[in-house]
Parts: sequence; C-alpha cells; structure tokens
Amino acid sequence: MRKITLSKAVNEALVEEMRRDENVFIMGEDVAEAGTPFKVLSGLVEEFGTDRVIDTPISEPGFMGIGVGAAMTGMRPVVDLMFGDFIFLIMDQLCNQAAKTHYMSGGKLNVPLVLRTNMGATRRSAAQHSQSLHAIVAHIPGLKIAMPSSAYEAKGLLKTAIRDDNPVVIFEDKLMYQDSAEVPEEEYTIPFGEACVKREGTDITLIGTSSMVQVCEKAAEMLQAEGISAEVIDPRTIVPLDEKTLVASAKKTGRVIVVDEGHQSFGITSEIASRINEKAFYYLDAPTTRIGAMDVPIPFSPALEDITVPTPERVFEQAKKLVSGELIDAA
Amino acid sequence: MQYGLKRSVRDSYVVGMVVWSEGLSGQPLPHCSTIKSAAFQPTGPLYLPSIFAKLSVLANVKGLLSHTKRFAMNKSKTKLSADDALRMFRQMVRIRTFENNANQLYLSAKMPGLTHMYSGEEAVAVGICEALLPTDKITSTHRGHGHCVAKGADFKAMFCELLGREEGYCRGKGGSMHIADQSNGNLGANAIVGGSMGIATGAALTAKLKKTGGVAVCFFGDGATAQGLMYEVMNMAALWKLPVIYACENNGYSEYTKTEEIAAGSITARAEAFGIESYQVDGQDVIAVNELSKELVERARKGEGPFFLELMTYRYHGHHVGDINREYYRAKSEEQDWRDNRDPIIRMRGWLVKNKYATEEALDELSKEVTEDAESAVAYALNAPYPDVSEVDMHVYTDVEHVLA
Repeated sequence: MRKITLSKAVNEALVEEMRRDENVFIMGEDVAEAGTPFKVLSGLVEEFGTDRVIDTPISEPGFMGIGVGAAMTGMRPVVDLMFGDFIFLIMDQLCNQAAKTHYMSGGKLNVPLVLRTNMGATRRSAAQHSQSLHAIVAHIPGLKIAMPSSAYEAKGLLKTAIRDDNPVVIFEDKLMYQDSAEVPEEEYTIPFGEACVKREGTDITLIGTSSMVQVCEKAAEMLQAEGISAEVIDPRTIVPLDEKTLVASAKKTGRVIVVDEGHQSFGITSEIASRINEKAFYYLDAPTTRIGAMDVPIPFSPALEDITVPTPERVFEQAKKLVSGELIDAA
Repeated sequence: MQYGLKRSVRDSYVVGMVVWSEGLSGQPLPHCSTIKSAAFQPTGPLYLPSIFAKLSVLANVKGLLSHTKRFAMNKSKTKLSADDALRMFRQMVRIRTFENNANQLYLSAKMPGLTHMYSGEEAVAVGICEALLPTDKITSTHRGHGHCVAKGADFKAMFCELLGREEGYCRGKGGSMHIADQSNGNLGANAIVGGSMGIATGAALTAKLKKTGGVAVCFFGDGATAQGLMYEVMNMAALWKLPVIYACENNGYSEYTKTEEIAAGSITARAEAFGIESYQVDGQDVIAVNELSKELVERARKGEGPFFLELMTYRYHGHHVGDINREYYRAKSEEQDWRDNRDPIIRMRGWLVKNKYATEEALDELSKEVTEDAESAVAYALNAPYPDVSEVDMHVYTDVEHVLA
C-alpha cells in the first residue's frame, strides 16, 4: 500500500469532502495561499477558490462564531485554528454556543462544524504553542473529540467529522505532519467511538492517544524483548469513547497504563483510568496508572521540554513495575 | 411632519444630547434638546449630504467626528398599507401583552427562574422583523421575547417554553433566555451578552455563499458593544460585504449601569470605523424603524451590506423581573416620562387613529383579542405536561438518542 504523510492525508480528506459536498468550506488564518504555517492546506485554494478557502483576520473568536452561524444555516465549515493553544480564545463560541445549540433548541438546530486544530510539545515553541488541550473540551457535552494517531486515522476521522451533524474538534499532533503511514487509495472513513487494537498482548494494556500510540508501540517492543506481552489500544475518539473495547482489554490483561500528552491531572488519563476501575476492578492485578504531560507549563529549553512529555522509556519502566508487582509493593 | 433621528453626537440619556426627532404624535419628543433648524428639515431623500456636512462640523466641534447617517422619513411618502400598519400595531401589543403575562407568572411564582422584559422596546423588534421574510435570520438576546414574537412565534409554544413544558419551542430545554421559533428563522436567543454576533454574521456568510438573497439581523444591546467579538465580526462582515444588519438596541442601561459609564465615544462610530454605513434611529417610532429597515434589508439583499443601526429605546422594567428596587441607578420619574411620552404603542395608536387606519374601538377590540389569546395560552401552558425525565439526555448529539444510555 502507498504511504503518505499525515499532512497529505488531511489535505486529501478535505479535497475529497469538498468535491463531494459544495457546502463544505474552510476558514481560518492563512489557510488560502499560505496553506497554513504547516502547509497542510497547500493547493486547496487553487482548486476551490477563495469562496471556499477563506482567509480570515487574526480573530479567532470572530471566525469561530461565524463558523457556528454558517453551520447552523446550512453550511459545513471546517474551521482552522492555527494552534491548539488558541482554543482558549474561542471557548465561548465553542463551548457555550456550538456545543449547546442542539440541546438548547430542543433538537431543532444543528451545528455541523469541524474545528481542526493541533496539539503536541517538543517543537521548542514554549508554553503558548505546545499545549495538548483536548481534555478541556472533552469536558463539555455536545462536542465530539477525535485524536488521529497516524495519517490513516487523520484522513478517515476527518472525513467522518465533516459528515457529522455535530460540532467535532480534531486535534492533530503537529509533530506528526511529516510522518508517513499506509493510506489506501480508495475512499474510506473511520467511525467515531471505535477504538483500534494496534497490537495484541496478554500481560498489560497500554492505552495511548494521538502520538502516544507510537510511544506505546515503542514501549511494547521494548517490553517484548523482556518477555512481556503488551496490548496497545488507540481510542481514536475520546468523545465518544469506546469504553467497551478498553474495558475488555483491561479484563483480559489485568493491568493498564493510560498514556496521553495532556497534563496528567484532571485529564484524559484520569477519565479513562476511572472508567476502567469502575468496570474492570475485580479483574485487575495492579492499579491502573496514568502517564500524562507534567503538570507544568511547557518550557522552551530542550533540556526541560523533553522531560515534560511521556516517553517510551517511561512507559516501559512503568509497565515493568506493574507486571512485576513492584508498584503495588511500593504503594 | 417627519420622523427622524439624528446623528450620534452621543445621545440623550444623560448629557442632554441632541436627539432630533419628532415622534408619531408630530410633537418634539421630551427629554431631547431638539435642534430646530432649516438644515434639519428632511426633504425626502434619505441621505442628505449637505446636512451631513453640517452635522460633521457639529460633531467635530465636539471632537466626535462621525459619519452616521440621519434617517429622515417623509410620512407623506409612506407606503405603509393599513394592513401593514395594523399588523405592526398588533405585533407590538402582542409583545407587551406577552411580557405583562410573563411578569405576572414570575410575580406569582409560577415561572421557574427569572426573565428579562422587552416592554418599552417593541417598536425595535417589530419595525425590523416586519421588514424581513420568514426565511431571513435573526439572532436574539437574553431580552428576547420581543424578537421571538416579532419573528412570528406563537403564544402557546412560547409560554410553554417559559414554563419549561414539553410543547415549548425548545421542549423546555432553553427557557426564557433561549426562546426561539426556529422555523421562522430565529437562530436563538443567547444568554451570553454579545454571544450571537458571530452566529448572525455566519448566517449572513451562508446567505452570501449560497446566494440565497437572505439577510441576517443581529439584535444586541448597548451593553454588548463592550464585547470584543463585535469588533471582530463587524470587521469581517465589512471586508466580505455580508448581508447582515447589526441592530443595537440602546436602552440606556447596560444591566444596572448607565450606558455612558460603559461606552466611550459614540456607538455608531464603532461601526463606522470599519466603513459600515450606520444610522441612529428613534427606536420608539415603529414606522421610522420599519421604513429604514425595509430600505436597508433590500440593499443588503443586493450585496450593499453590512449596516449598523443604533435604535434609541428604553426598557420599562429592570434588568430582569427581580430588579425591582432600582432607584439607585435609575429615577422613577425618568421611567414614567418614557412610559407617558414616548411609548411606542401609544404613539402608533395615535397615528393609526389620526390617519383613519382604525378607530379607537377597533384598536380596543384588537387589544382585547390579544389579551384573551395570551390568557388562554397561559392557561394552556400552566396545564401542559413537563418533558418526561427520559428527555434529559436527548438532543445532546443529533445522532444519539440517549447519550447516557
């Protein structure tokens, strides 16, 4: 199968959906000729014109609000938020307006909007361009949250998001834009709420989101060399969450580590760990543990930044402790 | 006789500003230092460059250069039919009657929560909405019952919503602050001050992209002009020439604070900074509001938008129904003056009778019908069922019937 970058996969998804449905359009900062700073949208304005690839001023709440209004009246906007960190600027439009409109109207109004944004540290961009803020919006009922872990997921999930009648936020890891993966030539979509078992195992379950799937897979390789069989699962969407697959794996292996690049406290790792404890407690041989980003603002210096995010080595060490019982003894 | 409005050298409420306006009664309005000058006599055309120049000079003197246009209506050229005039009157009466009933429901503890009365501002919602088609969109505010009625809503479903009943427009999930008849182009009342400015502008973007010829009106108050979102979306609306009309209902108070304490400079100058054609209108004069709205709506349909209106109006009640003792920010005498001398319904009534569109008796009969209609809707809503508790997790997502199942 051919391999393409995550950036190309996103681009293809948009091209296909914009050709399929004339109501789909893109708006955001420098999305047209510039194709975004990450060049993900290169070539789109040439094919679709400036009515469907709309450059906006640097007014995140403004263009997000306009996107919500357009979505409520028959369009299917894909709003491009240049950095995930800017989500704090648009919280009212996203969380008070888009997320609640369907409910507050008693089901009469819909907001079929996609917010494409990014996440991920270690790009030496410091505290305001490096955050992974998906947990914050996952807290708000009414939004769906997708977190692609490769080019394959990025394309399939984005196409599903564009066809969804609800507001969907997609977090792409900005460090993965140039990572390649196998992506079929044929059209496909990936349903929301269906986790993907990336690797089967029997001794421990590693649940990872976005780029943490790769971290978990590398840890699984290292564990295998030590004779430990790790299962790796990618939830793909955290809202809706495929609790069934996660719980089934926990019951099977009896040990779980949840790995996510959001801050560890009050985050996705906590939520998933709780659900596993509630549903699989009597099957567990060890406490479900979490590895998230350190609870500090992301620092600039490489010497500091690199230790704030989960690494395969940390997952590997943690897994060994869980399997050996060391962690339980320590507690 | 003309109805008019003046430029926005800053208006009346406090500084004794010049609001040039003659009301439906033909008399200069109270509380306004009326400018009487040949230069201010409307001559028919809506835009009067010579006057405009003089106004600019005036404004310059005050250090507030403004290009706000003065809308002057020549009543002899009014094409308002008896039907249209009476419908506007009826809609204003319906809003007032709805609000009186809503207030009673609150005072008698039959309504959950609280609500914000639109009484006194009826001419704004009616004058504008009567210039729109059902397919045109509006966004409304926490003080939204008036917009809802004016855009064609029915009393029964409105009272049901107010009381949290299943047959309410939002199945009881929205309540007073989110009430909307969505089927008539109302995209919702919004409980975040200024929160709907993006939505209205987005609806206008849809109209432009899909070439529907539709128009969107964004209702908001003077208080919302303090929100940054307004400036962002007005900028984009002007850049992209969107068919949106920003309708600022300046009722003189931003919640419990006088407008001049929260708004520096002129309100219309804010829109003018983006090159948006702006008007200041007597919001108590339904005919003036309607005539101007019709003109601007048609121009917006042709791609000449956006536009900005500052509608000078007044809120009879407090910020909300529970805001009873409010003399610390507003004198009772001021409220009484507006009720007695600038009431939009009384003025329209006088005009209808004087011009023989209707007799006093016919208008009394009309008001009686509306009262009965409201009373029967209230009685219906009070006995209507609440939503089943199983509805609590419905309508969170379009494609999941019960999200917690």
